[in-house]
Amino acid sequence: MSYIRHLYKNGVSLRLQYPARFSHAQQLKEDVRRREISKVLIANRGEIACRVMKTARKLGVRTVAVYSDADKHAMHVEMADEAYHIGPAPSTQSYLNAAKILEVAKKSNSQAIHPGYGFLSENVEFCEKCASEDVIFIGPPPAAIRDMGIKSTSKAIMSAAGVPIVKGYHGEEQSIEKLQAEAQRIGFPLMIKAVRGGGGKGMRIAMTEADFLPQLESAKRESLKSFGDDNMLLEQYITDPRHVEVQVFADMHGNAVHLFERDCSVQRRHQKIIEEAPAPGLSEETRRSLGEAAVRAAKAVGYVGAGTVEFILHRQTHEFHFMEMNTRLQVEHPITEMITGTDLVEWQLRVAAGEQLPLSQDQIIRRGHAVECRIYAEEPRAGFLPRAGTLHRLTQPIPEEFVRVETGVREGQEVSVHYDPMIAKLVVWGRDRSEALAKTRAKLSEYQVSELETNVNFLLRLSGASAFVSGDVHTAFIPQHEAELFPASDSVLSETRAIQAALGHLLTNQLASTVQDNWKGISVQPQSWRPNYELQKTIPLRFDEKDLKVTVKYESAPNTYSVRVNDGEWRQVEASLQTTEKGLRLNTLIGDKKTNVGLLTHDQQVHVYDENGQTVVELPRPKYQASSVDTAAAANSASSPTPGVLERILVTKGDKVVKGQPLFVVIAMKMEYVVRSPRDGVVAGLAPFKLGDSVGKGAQVVMLEGDS
Amino acid sequence: MLKLVRGIRRLNQCRHNHATVIGSEPNRTDPFYQENKAKMDELVEELRQKTGDAIKGGPEEAVKRHTARGKLLVRDRINRLVDEGSDVLELSTLAAADMYKGQVPSAGIVTAIGKVHGRDCMIVANDATVKGGTYFPMTVKKHLRAQAIAQECRLPCIYLVDSGGAHLPDQADVFPDREHFGRIFYNQANMSAEGIPQISVVMGSCTAGGAYIPSMSDESIIIKNQGTIFLAGPPLVKAGTGETVTAEELGGADLHCRQSGVTDHYALDDEHALHLARNTVANLNWNNEQRTRIHTPKVDEPVHDVNDLHGIVGANIQRPFDMREVVARIVDGSRFHEFKQLYGETLVCGFASIYGHPVGVIGNNGVLYSEAALKGSHFIQLCAARKIPLLFLQNITGFMIGKDAEAGGIAKNGAKMVTAVSCFKGPKITVLVGGSYGAGNYGMCGRAYSPSFLYMWPNARISVMGGPQAATVLSLVAKEKAERSGKPWTAEDDKKVRAPLEEMFEREGRPYYSTARLWDDGVIAPKDTRKVIGLSLSAALNAPFRESKFGVFRM
Repeated sequence: MSYIRHLYKNGVSLRLQYPARFSHAQQLKEDVRRREISKVLIANRGEIACRVMKTARKLGVRTVAVYSDADKHAMHVEMADEAYHIGPAPSTQSYLNAAKILEVAKKSNSQAIHPGYGFLSENVEFCEKCASEDVIFIGPPPAAIRDMGIKSTSKAIMSAAGVPIVKGYHGEEQSIEKLQAEAQRIGFPLMIKAVRGGGGKGMRIAMTEADFLPQLESAKRESLKSFGDDNMLLEQYITDPRHVEVQVFADMHGNAVHLFERDCSVQRRHQKIIEEAPAPGLSEETRRSLGEAAVRAAKAVGYVGAGTVEFILHRQTHEFHFMEMNTRLQVEHPITEMITGTDLVEWQLRVAAGEQLPLSQDQIIRRGHAVECRIYAEEPRAGFLPRAGTLHRLTQPIPEEFVRVETGVREGQEVSVHYDPMIAKLVVWGRDRSEALAKTRAKLSEYQVSELETNVNFLLRLSGASAFVSGDVHTAFIPQHEAELFPASDSVLSETRAIQAALGHLLTNQLASTVQDNWKGISVQPQSWRPNYELQKTIPLRFDEKDLKVTVKYESAPNTYSVRVNDGEWRQVEASLQTTEKGLRLNTLIGDKKTNVGLLTHDQQVHVYDENGQTVVELPRPKYQASSVDTAAAANSASSPTPGVLERILVTKGDKVVKGQPLFVVIAMKMEYVVRSPRDGVVAGLAPFKLGDSVGKGAQVVMLEGDS
Repeated sequence: MLKLVRGIRRLNQCRHNHATVIGSEPNRTDPFYQENKAKMDELVEELRQKTGDAIKGGPEEAVKRHTARGKLLVRDRINRLVDEGSDVLELSTLAAADMYKGQVPSAGIVTAIGKVHGRDCMIVANDATVKGGTYFPMTVKKHLRAQAIAQECRLPCIYLVDSGGAHLPDQADVFPDREHFGRIFYNQANMSAEGIPQISVVMGSCTAGGAYIPSMSDESIIIKNQGTIFLAGPPLVKAGTGETVTAEELGGADLHCRQSGVTDHYALDDEHALHLARNTVANLNWNNEQRTRIHTPKVDEPVHDVNDLHGIVGANIQRPFDMREVVARIVDGSRFHEFKQLYGETLVCGFASIYGHPVGVIGNNGVLYSEAALKGSHFIQLCAARKIPLLFLQNITGFMIGKDAEAGGIAKNGAKMVTAVSCFKGPKITVLVGGSYGAGNYGMCGRAYSPSFLYMWPNARISVMGGPQAATVLSLVAKEKAERSGKPWTAEDDKKVRAPLEEMFEREGRPYYSTARLWDDGVIAPKDTRKVIGLSLSAALNAPFRESKFGVFRM
């Protein structure tokens, strides 16, 4: 809500600049068809669908959502004016189902489709189908997508347009001999890339000539599997370059502008996690030539709408080469919006309606610095493996001026295995880079997520790493700074943390379980008081596979405790809980140090949050929750639950059975009882019953072998 | 003059508050204050020491054996049963102290009021490390006292049973009488009939009579391989019928949950059983009907420092102090609306509140005269009419004696107060902050007058009269007798009569002698008094405020 207000505020200032639309700097083609967009279908989900809807709503455009089975209760569905179910959870059957989505567009009388990013956003066929159905595809014309989608074609066009490209081979001839010869010409290290590739798939690096053939084979195999095509291109590989991209925008009147660059160098698994605008450390000259090259690139393909031109930038020389062009609105577009005070989705809608670009190049002014962090459900220590599950608890920073939280999920919702595990994007603006980074860290530390592991801790460490702070970013940043980003101290629970976790556990339990007895008109504040002695409790904790115990003695002064961790020293601690709009806060005074940390308890976990992020401490599950009361599980036989007639026997001696497998059937009082195996095992034998025999209650019909 | 200044100050405060703030800042450098404080500090330390010893439970080996079996100690069980953060009002921790050769700390049973899912519950828990949790006479008395409180206050009862039954060598003092072992089940049946839930957790043996505790309960829980219930254990069965059977086969969790139906819930260990007990309480649908939530205003703590009580009261029973200074350190905001301040001044009566709930306070500032007794009777009737619980703060040597007093009808006036106290049926809480002697004990709601709760401070003394007075009486009688028979009465003779008597009165008048025999519900530290009264009142208020019908007041 406040985000909309923020945009609106910016909108006011934008509107003041609108007379620019009639400035001489821009062309106005009279033959461009103006079309009204009063209803738009968003062919996407998650945060981007919500993001597009916010702007549409601001502009008075009605919104139509589509959703899969998995997204029935998703935020984007609730936000939209209308929503249509389009299929089962897998995206191939829902968000990639072009025919179905077009059908919904027609049915809902949507004049336009906003594809967001991913899914159908760069799908030429879909784009063409929209055109033939007279539905506006909010994006570039099909030809531009096609040209830019094929790497070799795009490079050729760029080269012709005077955009610097990296040395390489993008030829049709794909014989191994030819490729090998080209590789020698270009030199090593060398990158082997699938022509139709993307997202790091079908991409290999040959450091030396000896590496070339095996890597080529491997790239081809993967490409064939992923894209159904194993054509390869070769490129000079620049070691540890920077990834800098330029936001461009073009309209149907032949106008094209850039909105400065973004640096997205720091990546993991070839995917971005932190982006900033502008790129740090560039001279104004480099910045201008990057922008100009990008505009030339857009113009060269007759581009319309929002696009991103990606460059590889040499760390030292700041020499850059065209890499590829993304013909969609990018995930990280908000940082560009932040530094230019624009709303790019609004621009997209205006351009798609046939309007001119709202601003000319010289009216686009860059201010300050913006940083975006992508909050993912993933496990950084396990190679950033994605995680899926329920967001039992989710507290995010509260959006404010210069802080945007782009999200498509809420507490209690699912991060589905079917889609991208991104929980949110945190976008922060500051007057300069160091302010933006400081604010980013402050806001990151407000994240409280349970029970999924996230990369918040990692982002905090990354954004505070000295090399990052000094702006020395490049694509190999994470492996190069592994020791700093994953310090060994992370696996040790400090005494303070242990104390905070134990007291946090006790105090939240107290908050949850003790009901004030004010109905009697008497209100004795519960304080774990005991007559003439002090209550002492031992809390077993588990951290990083290690057990420890914290002993808490309740002192007579309110909120005062003596605490010791394992057999350590007794510490005098004052602790209290505070309920805030950002969740629970735990205040502790240990020795002379006062701290205030976020606290979250869920199931058997205690989470402590501070400026370094989240610490998850486990409480061992009570034994009784682990074992079953059902002693039948250990039984060596299956018996009839009732007196009845033996109807069927489904196993014979020697059969291997699994727990829950039907063994025999008894009929009694017109009811059929299926008796199932109490555990996995082997049938040792059958009791001498014949079908149709009466069996008593508890009669053992099937015997299992002693050891399972 | 000073009195006048204080009076004016009080009047001024009165304009700003609903009631007057009473009490004063003591002179903490005063030698009497310091002597008092030193003595009381010592007494409180002694109390903490004794408590610390008692809560250790049985002998070390017994404790080790108990925990080695994966069983929790009795107070840890209670800690797990009650809500996190709940205060636990443990009663009579020092019961049976110095009795039975000191071998039965806390009388082998812990009784406590704590909150389970926000509801006050009476918890009665055997300590199996103390003589196998068997019932000594004081154990029975403590168990019955807990049940009596539960019945009067309408508190659900949770019995954590781990007991070998009656202590056989003491069978004559635990089995046959009205207030003996059988009364436990009588109480269970009647409380159940009154709709007061009875819940048992069988955490160890429940043999013979003990078997009836879970059996008489509304709902019961038993722990596998740990809890057993049978009328006769394996040895007796072997002797009686020749059957060889294990305890678990005879009366274990599987038998009682799957076959006999004696128990309802099957637990795997202590933790599980207590978890199930909490769930049981959560499902009582207890007290949902007649209750309206009252918003309690923010409660002010007393204005004056509670720690001053040590210096103000001290340990010397002969040294008088102003009871208002004690009241000022117990009630909300030290506010006290005093009743008949200028009449019968030796009895301080007035209205105050404790944790937001109104109370009528009656405290002693000297011996009771006729006027004081009349004032007290009046005040008790007022509180009955207004449904205000009573708080008695005893420091009383008795009613006035002597010719004038008798002529003034002290007997009938004292009787009025005794009638009023006896017939007042609302919650009444008595705290012995000093002496409690003779009929003063009666008029000020001693144990015989069924206060809902009665506590003693460690400096308090209780006896029919003071030791020296009793000695004088007996010495005079002896002297008369001697003189009648013509024997001479020497100082030596006098001493011989006096010394043992004074010694006996001193010993038997001490709070630990009293609390060991359950003449009270516990010895409490002065600084905890407000908390204890608050928790007691909170418990008592679970029952509706009963109408009082007074007997004939002799006019």
